Amino acid sequence: MSANDSPIGLSREEMAQRVAMDIPDGSYVNLGIGIPELITRFVPEGREFIYHTENGLLGMGPSPAEGEGEPELINAGKRQVTAIPGASYFQHPDSFAMIRGGHLDLCVLGALQVANNGDLANWSTGGPDAIPAVGGAMDLVAGVKSVFVVTQHCTKHGEPKLVEACTYPLTGPGVVDRIYTDLAVIAVTDEGFQLVELSPGVSFDYVAERTGAPLLPIPTPSAT
Amino acid sequence: MINKEVPSVAEAVADIFDGATVMIGGFGEAGSPIELIHALIDQGASGLTVVNNNTGSGEVGLAALIKAGRVAKMICSYPRSMNSTVFPELYRSGKIELELVPQGTLAERIRAGGAGIPAFYTATAVGTMLADGKETREFEGQTFVMERGLKADFTLIKCRKADTYGNLIFNKTARNFAPPMAMAGAVTIVQTECVVAPGDMDPEIVVTPGIFVNRVVQVPNPQHESVLVASGVSYP
Repeated sequence: MSANDSPIGLSREEMAQRVAMDIPDGSYVNLGIGIPELITRFVPEGREFIYHTENGLLGMGPSPAEGEGEPELINAGKRQVTAIPGASYFQHPDSFAMIRGGHLDLCVLGALQVANNGDLANWSTGGPDAIPAVGGAMDLVAGVKSVFVVTQHCTKHGEPKLVEACTYPLTGPGVVDRIYTDLAVIAVTDEGFQLVELSPGVSFDYVAERTGAPLLPIPTPSAT
Repeated sequence: MINKEVPSVAEAVADIFDGATVMIGGFGEAGSPIELIHALIDQGASGLTVVNNNTGSGEVGLAALIKAGRVAKMICSYPRSMNSTVFPELYRSGKIELELVPQGTLAERIRAGGAGIPAFYTATAVGTMLADGKETREFEGQTFVMERGLKADFTLIKCRKADTYGNLIFNKTARNFAPPMAMAGAVTIVQTECVVAPGDMDPEIVVTPGIFVNRVVQVPNPQHESVLVASGVSYP
């Protein structure tokens, strides 16, 4: 988990840390499974985030100490968690009212593909033998105010995950606001993918070559 | 005199009939009424349509009911999990039907069913394959998809504490689907760790009011799916 496969760019932890820098103090946040979960380790000094887990807990805390977990205190990934002081439990319709009613500020999700119009595919490869399973992904992207994606820039086979059009089944159309990868931070705008920031040691051309749709440069050129 | 307590899980589920729609509470193992599900396996009803977020794990609880061939159709949001093999195998061989529903839509369909609302509109799944063939409508410039309320012949849920009127409180994240399912079931059957007399539960903390509950059966030390699965238990 600590080693980074790419020769350059951010590690998984560094990607999570980079996302955390962009989350405002006081945000109510839902984190997907994988890299998004690591964000809880990198809350910037002086900020407080409240974590929502859609199975029915607002104020999710860290994993319990060894042997102190409870089978009925779990997160959406069905892993045992804790509740912070000030947490609340609630039934599913209330939990999804928080999501679908636009009460959550941000969700951070993984992705199979993101298109340059903001389309997200992250729930199914659509393969003939795949068991389709959607969970709360479609609710989150349809209802939460801001949707961030954090993902490796390319698949394990080196194919771009940022594309002109998703080939996998959509989770939602035009829903992604920002993408954080090992190589760059990219905003989804009306004009398409807009570079916000390059990871240290990464060039614009390096990112553009690995992006499956046009990449607009940073509007105000920096020293790089 | 109202007393909803019944003496055994077997009596609690005795009248569940072949072809019934049964809502079963729980998200993963949290809130799963394992003892009621096992009683349903013993009882023998088949051809069931089961509504649950998942499809169980290992070969206990809901997974065991599916493995026993009693379930014709699952309505759920996430039919695979760690240690979930029973449903995937049956599904791939075409022996069980699946209606896949986004989790929030599933929760709201159940709530609507229990609240007498036949259908509602939601933004969830608009523009995806899960909205294919469904009616859509624009409100204030945004497209929404129509989803139907969902009711059941029977609901099986688990709680922490019940009184004999059927007022319920739950345990942490085990609450999940239980309150809306209690509303949506024509007959709602509850297993509870303890039963108290009316008045012994503070009305301020009642989560599910007794009007939504038909039968209460005490199961003092409910089993945990993860513990059973880890020790390789298979039911029956």
